Amino acid sequence: MKRNTFSYKVKQYLMFGGVGTFLFCAVVIVPFIYGIYLTFTSWDGVSRDKPLVGFANYAAAFKDADFWMAMGRTVIYSVFAVVFINILAFAMAYLVTSGVKGQNFFRAGFFVPNLIGGIVLGYIWKFVFNRAFVAIGNAITGGTTTSLLATPRGAMFCLIFASVWQYAGYMMLIYVAGFMSVSDSLKEAAMIDGCTPAQAMRNVTIPLMRSSFVQCIFLSITRCFVIYDVNLSLTKGEPFGESVMAAMHVYNTAFTYKRYGQGQAEALILFIVCAIIGVTQEWIGKKGEVEA
Amino acid sequence: MTQNEKAAAAKKRNHAIMITILIILFILFIMPFILVIINVFKDKADIVSNPLALIGAHGFTLKNFPEAMRKMDFFNVFKNSLIITVSATFLTILISSMTSFVIVRNGKWKMCTAVFALMVASMVIPFQVLMVPLVSVYGGIFNILNSRITLIFMHVGFSVSMATFMFHGAIHSTIPLELEEAALIDGCTRWQTFWKIVFPLLKPTIATVTIIDAMAFWNDYLLPSLVLTRKEIYTIPIATQQFYGTYSTDIGLVMAALLLAMLPILILYLFLQKYIVAGVTSGAVKG
Repeated sequence: MKRNTFSYKVKQYLMFGGVGTFLFCAVVIVPFIYGIYLTFTSWDGVSRDKPLVGFANYAAAFKDADFWMAMGRTVIYSVFAVVFINILAFAMAYLVTSGVKGQNFFRAGFFVPNLIGGIVLGYIWKFVFNRAFVAIGNAITGGTTTSLLATPRGAMFCLIFASVWQYAGYMMLIYVAGFMSVSDSLKEAAMIDGCTPAQAMRNVTIPLMRSSFVQCIFLSITRCFVIYDVNLSLTKGEPFGESVMAAMHVYNTAFTYKRYGQGQAEALILFIVCAIIGVTQEWIGKKGEVEA
Repeated sequence: MTQNEKAAAAKKRNHAIMITILIILFILFIMPFILVIINVFKDKADIVSNPLALIGAHGFTLKNFPEAMRKMDFFNVFKNSLIITVSATFLTILISSMTSFVIVRNGKWKMCTAVFALMVASMVIPFQVLMVPLVSVYGGIFNILNSRITLIFMHVGFSVSMATFMFHGAIHSTIPLELEEAALIDGCTRWQTFWKIVFPLLKPTIATVTIIDAMAFWNDYLLPSLVLTRKEIYTIPIATQQFYGTYSTDIGLVMAALLLAMLPILILYLFLQKYIVAGVTSGAVKG
């Protein structure tokens, strides 16, 4: 049997990789390319013909003040969420690797929010913010408190809070793996050389865990930037559309207002911004990596 | 006190502080679940008047469950979620392990490197970019939305790149080529070599991919909500969302629906906790 012919290669490839490649192309590659085409049409979602309109959708997207407001909000939300997720996750990882009793139990417990989908999580927190917190507030002040979700700033706070709660446990697992990869002998060597535990942490452990930081920050940025499920269930964009994040705005433009071309153009802008931030972050992070 | 005793005392004190912080954090983490659980056994008026009380003024009640189950058609949506998650996960494993096998073992073929590069690059594309064209192509041109089978294949298509990437790493670094050569010399075809030798050795990666993908499929909302618009084929997240939209004022029923929606995966976690944490960790660190 000839192993070097073109037909042999194609047959081998199709036998193993045919179905996978077909499905991958059918739902990722083809829609991606078709989506770029759609941005140049003014398709309404129903009619068969998709009239070409040139760059009108991009112009509309750039002029869409609501979209840029939503982008700005997403950036603010992401910055706070990413910072708090990583601080909390790192602290929890430190605590559950410090050798205290029952650390596996705590690890498993902190991970629970990740098991549950964004929709259910959002509704749970909506109940907590709207009912439980209000009840606590009433008990403390003796009067009537309004829900945090009723004000734009409050809604933003709630979204950040719920996201930190949702992702911290997951990022904690990555930091735990990072802590475990730094061998104890290095820390001991630093201590013998006169480091305090805090100095050993800052100068030995954290630099060696750089790849964990890069990865956690990358994952949390890319997830926060396209937040949708929790946004939909927790605030639904309320009050007054002041908590609509970019992904939800894209969804609304395309599917609610039936401006598919413009929605797709905005989705591409969102993707490009997200990709630029993610790649820059990876690049900066990888540049200064050290090895023991 | 000697130096050693002082150090030991300090260590003990640190330990106590750490455990206290951990316990407080732990309570904060599970507090929302506890609130749902205590309120699910109260009637509507009791929840509204005092959501923090352990037992409502009208006492303990179970009546929220049957009504919520009926209104959200729980057994049906549970069945749908189960069918979709199990078949999509199963297919993802088979298809992506095969794809990665041919890619790893024929690294010099141009089509293999091209497909693999495309797959890796595609992992940064957020779903929002694909949702409009997806609806346009499969709803507008082929008209095959609104079917569980379409959703299953879409789930597989979206997860195949990540899974192939993980299997690629596993085959590349853990399965010796000599093993496959020995099988070939003994008369196995490539196909038999893969299923008899390679696939069984991939068990740890299979477990990781199963856990990550099954959780993602079970909890996914956006894709199913675009594909499934007929009530009979809703999955749990869509049914929860629809239920909340209709009965949001009947807070007792909402509590029961939320608990029902979480319960299957929480019960599973209780038994498979060790494997799930390990699987997610290795998946996250490799991905």
